[in-house]
Amino acid sequence: MNFKHKYLFLLPGFLVLLGILIFPIGFTVRLSLSSWDSFFPGLDFIGLENYTRLFTDDPRFWEAFQRLSFMSVITVFLQYTIGFALAHMVWKEIKFQRFFRVLFLIPMMTTPVIMTVIWKTVFHESLGPVNDFFSLFGVTPLWLSSEALSKVTVIIVEVWQWTPFMFLLLLAGLLSLPKEPFLAASIDGAGPIRKFVYVTFPLMAPISIGAIIIRLIEASKIMDTVYVLTSGGPGTSSETSSFYIFIKGLREFQFGYSAALSLTYLIIMIISLTIIAKMLVKLMIRS
Amino acid sequence: MGTFYTTLKYTAVTIWSMFVIAPFLWALSTSFKDFNSVTSGATYIPWVDFEPTLEGWRVLLRSPAQGGVNIVEPYLNSIFVTCLASFISILLGTLAAYALSRYTFKAGFIKNDDITFFFISQRIMPPVVLAIPFFIMLGKLGLLDTLLGLVMVYVVLLMPIAVWIMVDFFNKVPVEIDETALIDGCNPIQAFFKVVLPNSIPGMVVAGLFCMIFGWTDFFFAFILTFTEVQLLPVAIVSLNSSITPWWSLSAAALVSVAPLIVVAFIVERYLSKGNLSGALK
Repeated sequence: MNFKHKYLFLLPGFLVLLGILIFPIGFTVRLSLSSWDSFFPGLDFIGLENYTRLFTDDPRFWEAFQRLSFMSVITVFLQYTIGFALAHMVWKEIKFQRFFRVLFLIPMMTTPVIMTVIWKTVFHESLGPVNDFFSLFGVTPLWLSSEALSKVTVIIVEVWQWTPFMFLLLLAGLLSLPKEPFLAASIDGAGPIRKFVYVTFPLMAPISIGAIIIRLIEASKIMDTVYVLTSGGPGTSSETSSFYIFIKGLREFQFGYSAALSLTYLIIMIISLTIIAKMLVKLMIRS
Repeated sequence: MGTFYTTLKYTAVTIWSMFVIAPFLWALSTSFKDFNSVTSGATYIPWVDFEPTLEGWRVLLRSPAQGGVNIVEPYLNSIFVTCLASFISILLGTLAAYALSRYTFKAGFIKNDDITFFFISQRIMPPVVLAIPFFIMLGKLGLLDTLLGLVMVYVVLLMPIAVWIMVDFFNKVPVEIDETALIDGCNPIQAFFKVVLPNSIPGMVVAGLFCMIFGWTDFFFAFILTFTEVQLLPVAIVSLNSSITPWWSLSAAALVSVAPLIVVAFIVERYLSKGNLSGALK
């Protein structure tokens, strides 16, 4: 089977993807070396000036990046814990099993940005149901306009939206596990907790790692939620990297500088995700 | 399993279910409110807490000239773009995945895995990185603010998903199936279309579902690459969220937009229970 046919299969998709992507990537690199903004549109050449500015004179970018790392690690951790717990609960016999499985999947089917608009009304500080509940205790937390809480709100919405994805991957994993190790553990007289610690969890490790990495990649793109919920505010207290690049590029039209930001961000992401993947493999397959 | 664990399980599952349903119930209730019942504080039950009206829903069907919110056209646009982009992605993605799973490629240090990684790695790319060059590129091609331009961009977003799921799927389909067809005198292309393709429908359905989900729910590119001529549903709904937010029509529109994908949730669950997903998702 090694005819020229193989190229007939591969090339259409490969060329389409390459064709649509090669310009954007090449152009971003070139753009990052220019000072293109709304006053002087055009591809001049200013060397690495944008990068110098980024590394020496832009604390806002690094703050946004720290915030992003913090927020995505927390959300993915919550999603994994909750998602695993839920998947484990509806894995074996439970009443209304289909109902719960479908219900737990639904949030990921909804458009994040549209649900966020709804969440914004839920967390509305004077008219929303959340503060209606809290006012029973005489407090009205500022879910959207206080520096600390606006991050929490973004995290809650992200957990609601994307735990189902984790749930789906982990449930699919649980359903594909072989039966024998569980039988063996039962014969050895292992209780549910020991079974989980010594059989289920280790068997699920590869799937868990995959799921966590996929979610970390997606979580690092947090953008829609922030845009609708807080617009990065109050001040810049809930701004994430994507959102900051978006502001610089498509609000202030500093195309050149935002291209430099994009590339730096992309490289940091690739490096850190590779490191995280290696660390997770070590941690979870230790036993 | 002890009673304690069972109680804990049902409690946890119930609490999470309530959390999942809560925003939908709130949106449903809000969609029947009017200006007064929204601004007088949080209210929940129609007829008891507030007098329900159908205004929020009626607005959706009225033309903008009569003060309505036109979501019918964005709705159709969204369906068109999502379906066409998913179809192209699955078609090209399946072909490429088949090649990567069955043949060996080698060009210098580049091997099959590297090509697969090239496809999948496009998902790592933060949308912002691509947004500006896409904006300028579509502008140059005259495709800014058109459905065709959006389809092009969505193919880039969705093809990685199709390739990822299908490579995995083909790796699990026994090679003997292709070989039998080849011995029967088919050439590889006939073998693919007559034998392999019909056998890979489950994988393609799963890939299709995922493409639909991610295509339908994208906001960012639709938001940046269209202005007035064409609007996709998420953009149309978010643009309602202006200075004076009409919570009622917003909620109604949100519920309408979410509805079709709920069907997808049922299909995904079906595949999950039959064990077809576990093969496709790893």
